[in-house]
Amino acid sequence: MSADVFAKKRRNSLLLLLIVGVATIVSIIITEYNMAKGFTSVPKAVQWALSNFYPTKDSLAKLPDILVKLKETLLISIAATTVAAVLAFIFAVLGSNTTKVNRFFGSISRGIAIIFRNIDVSVWSMVLLFSFGQSSFTGYFALFFGSFGFLTRAFIETIDEVSGSSVEALQATGANYLTVISQSVIPSTIPQMISWVLFMIETNIRNATLVGLLTGSGIGFTFNLYYKSLNYDIASLVVITIIISILCIEFISNYVRRVIL
Amino acid sequence: MTTLLEVKNVSKQFGKDTKALSNVTFSVKEGEFVSVIGPSGAGKSTLLRCINRMVDASSGEIIFDDAYVHQLNKKELKKVRTKIGMIFQHYNLVNRLSVIENTLHGRLGYKSTLAGALGLYSEDEKLQAARILQILGLEEQIYKRSDQLSGGQKQRVGIARALIQDPKLLLCDEPIASLDPNSSKIIMDHLRNICTSMGITVVVNLHQVDVALKYSDRIIGVNSGKVVFDGTAKSITSNDIHQIYGSDEGKLIFDLGGSHVS
Repeated sequence: MSADVFAKKRRNSLLLLLIVGVATIVSIIITEYNMAKGFTSVPKAVQWALSNFYPTKDSLAKLPDILVKLKETLLISIAATTVAAVLAFIFAVLGSNTTKVNRFFGSISRGIAIIFRNIDVSVWSMVLLFSFGQSSFTGYFALFFGSFGFLTRAFIETIDEVSGSSVEALQATGANYLTVISQSVIPSTIPQMISWVLFMIETNIRNATLVGLLTGSGIGFTFNLYYKSLNYDIASLVVITIIISILCIEFISNYVRRVIL
Repeated sequence: MTTLLEVKNVSKQFGKDTKALSNVTFSVKEGEFVSVIGPSGAGKSTLLRCINRMVDASSGEIIFDDAYVHQLNKKELKKVRTKIGMIFQHYNLVNRLSVIENTLHGRLGYKSTLAGALGLYSEDEKLQAARILQILGLEEQIYKRSDQLSGGQKQRVGIARALIQDPKLLLCDEPIASLDPNSSKIIMDHLRNICTSMGITVVVNLHQVDVALKYSDRIIGVNSGKVVFDGTAKSITSNDIHQIYGSDEGKLIFDLGGSHVS
């Protein structure tokens, strides 16, 4: 009897592995992807990058321009995330099972969050391009909508996980709704929420490059401009500044997390 | 003595076919110490939560201090809740806040939305919180964060939070189920003392039969959502206890009046 259970488990794992394997092979055949050719071209790509894709002395002259754009992108990412976080908090309180006002508002706010979360920032930027044109607004709102959806979801889970018991205790003392939120939900969830916001800022700075590329604003646009005009040395300088800034932000947010948690 | 709490024919249905309580009726006099005992899943927690409507009863009447609790609107219910302190098995403190902040949370039911949301407490309330914490032996921990306390200390903060409400009734849901014997004794001694010297009525859910017998004036036995015993702690027989737990003679560990009875 118990031996059967183990045998069945083994069979299931084997089956799963087989399905994944078949799916891979089938998709390779359909897309006519040549695996051998793919791997052998990696050294060639590296060789090209090493001979072309590095900053030269001349490209350093462009650094001030790049930094201006980088700063704009960083600030837009941070602004989009923080404003989205405030809105997400309100929706999360309404959508969480612990703190929802009633089932109707709960489903509505969760529904809205799901819609926003499941539309990718790249889609948002293409869609918003029509309304706002080639401006930093487009990038801002694309990041804002994406962050809002994701943060709402993350906040709902944080609230349900962390503050359920103390919410019950405060309700039992006769405290009213807003009091319970501000005295129990906020103090118990704030570290995790800040942690999520920091994570979102990091993600958004990465996304901002892509969004900029698509909407023609910020650092993404700068990269695209130099890359398309075959100025690979300057393009590589852009990439390096992006990497450095992301590392800095990661370092700062790790430090903040250590202090608050 | 006047009757403080009356529970009449209270039933609670979860979903379609889970009946947590059926026709529960009992009353509690002012200043009484009542223990509710019974097997896990018998409906003890639900019963306690029906009293302050943390859970809404499906039918029946609950009369607390002349108020018909089951008929109250939201605002009136909040007012009644300020007079009922609640203590939880898992303490339900806000772990990141200090002991005194958690204690002062007991005053929030008396505050306007603005004062409550901003956490504005008067000097008197702060002094009272300090006084209560001192009575409970927590004067050294006042500014510590709650997550640095031991289980027994956390539960004492829970009691302080309930006491600062200036309640007429304390509802305690398994207050010692997660504590070691030593801390359990401290908590039960405090609860008994609150009842005797402050005249606050205490209703407590318990798993430990011995503890219930030792501390309570009255025992209410619950099994499968029904009251199967209601009488003084002195009058209970080992047969009654076996009936409450639905067990056979000799299958339970408890101590009735000094000699080991099974």
